[in-house]
Amino acid sequence: MDKATVKNIANLARINVPEEKMDSLASELTNIFGWIEQLNEVDTDNVKPMTSVTEMEAPQRADEVNDGGYADRVLKNAPDHEGAFYTVPKVVD
Amino acid sequence: MSRLTDLTIAQARDGLDRGDYTSVDLTAAHIAAMAAGRDLNAFVTETPDIALARAAESDERRANGAAKSGMDGIPIGLKDLYCTEGVLTTAGSHILDGFIPPYESTVTRNLQDGGAVMLGKTNMDEFAMGSANVTSYYEPVKNPWSLDDGKDRVPGGSSGGSAASVAGHLAMAAAGSDTGGSIRQPASFTGIVGMKPTYGRCSRWGMVAFASSLDQAGPMTRTVRDAAIMLQSMAGYDKKDSTSVERDLPDFEAAITGNIKGLRVGIPIEYRMEGMPYEIEDLWHRGVDWIREAGAEPVEVSLPHTKYALPTYYIVAPAEASSNLARYDGVRYGLRVDGGDLNEMYANTRGEGFGDEVQRRVLSGTYVLSAGYYDAYYVKAMKLRTLILQEFQKTFEKVDVLLTPTAPSAAFAIGEKMDDPVAMYLNDVFTVPASLAGLPGISVPSGLSEEGLPLGLQMITKPFDEETLFRAAEVLETAAEFKAQPSYLRGRS
Repeated sequence: MDKATVKNIANLARINVPEEKMDSLASELTNIFGWIEQLNEVDTDNVKPMTSVTEMEAPQRADEVNDGGYADRVLKNAPDHEGAFYTVPKVVD
Repeated sequence: MSRLTDLTIAQARDGLDRGDYTSVDLTAAHIAAMAAGRDLNAFVTETPDIALARAAESDERRANGAAKSGMDGIPIGLKDLYCTEGVLTTAGSHILDGFIPPYESTVTRNLQDGGAVMLGKTNMDEFAMGSANVTSYYEPVKNPWSLDDGKDRVPGGSSGGSAASVAGHLAMAAAGSDTGGSIRQPASFTGIVGMKPTYGRCSRWGMVAFASSLDQAGPMTRTVRDAAIMLQSMAGYDKKDSTSVERDLPDFEAAITGNIKGLRVGIPIEYRMEGMPYEIEDLWHRGVDWIREAGAEPVEVSLPHTKYALPTYYIVAPAEASSNLARYDGVRYGLRVDGGDLNEMYANTRGEGFGDEVQRRVLSGTYVLSAGYYDAYYVKAMKLRTLILQEFQKTFEKVDVLLTPTAPSAAFAIGEKMDDPVAMYLNDVFTVPASLAGLPGISVPSGLSEEGLPLGLQMITKPFDEETLFRAAEVLETAAEFKAQPSYLRGRS
């Protein structure tokens, strides 16, 4: 994995990785994925990928509001808010 | 009389019933032990006032003959990834700075409803990513077990604070969580019992998520019986978690009969690792002898995909983590680091808020899920997961329980294995396979390394067969006669 790849995935993951850490990160990830490569030894052509470890049907429920209505309690954890809204830096000029 | 902090849950329950002491007595003794043990760094947050209030309520219930469960009045630690209403919850991460949940996780709600007393929130690897509790933003936890070489040992991870608090007698028990071994491996490193139930047995609602298809809550205690008592209180169906399984809870403690005559115990020949110290192999052989002497039948079995479990895990778990951790964006809770625009704010917050290991895993996960790599990595891993599950299923047609080492080494010194992520990952080589298959597993303290550090043996059973697991593990525990005490306890005043 080269530096350009790491830069790309860091951007996709929205993580600001300082330039001086790029090289060591690229080599660590290269090592990890080199070790993961051993999975290619296993023939999985006719194997179904797992979707759930337990054999159970996904439960269903009515699509209705069953919780909420206490914005003030939830907003107590917000780094910044105005009224009942979270605030973020301006997105549209 | 021995110290109140040396009691097991079962002993304390009986003593409370007899009126030998009150929950306030027990709780006060543990609050003092917790304060005296701060050097271990086992707790991120201590909640002595809440503890004493709940202990007083427990005593009142008991006086009225209305004790709620075997956990009523028992002082415990809670891993700091259980959301606790009104109490700081950090998951060991800088990015959750100041986060005070307005709600209580189902598992800790269940424990509280059963009367358990919360002593505080225990330290952990950041977002449960680690095997040594060295990735916590709140600094490493020290293992109560040390040697004369002046080096502090890691307690294992990620439930390292929970493990150290129980081994160091700061808490009578603690709730941990296990994604790839995070209960069982630290239990092995600290000489305690750590149990991961079947996936779906405990609700994940209100637990800070790491890898949702693997995360399970479980008890960390000083005896197998205590683990059964505690799991009884933690487990149960919860409609708020769609992967929680709706089925009756058996009486786990009643399953402990001391009798494993005729039980078929599989010994999987692949649970060996290059460079694994001989003493672990040796302990494993002794374990086989013990269960044979108890009347069980050891059967050699083969699980050839075992060695692929760990690399499979390092696709699945980071992939799920990269999705789960997308919520930490500096908008709704926790840390915010400003930037020129919204994207920069996200990236700055996550760059500063996540530690190195979490960043590595989120980046790995983003990579395996990114366009062009999804089939090669993620789908491949899910196919391997099917193979690993099928292999266990076939094996459990022949045997009732598996016996393996818990970890390939004893506790190592803080600072070791830090510059090679893969070397750190190998700690979980024997615990990850059962995690990928959703199976229940337990680590039982079984002996000491040549140097004098604890080693555990692991048992694994079929899904939802925790009863057999507890029954077999208690026989192993009795045979192992593990009585050694950590150096920390010898130094208590």
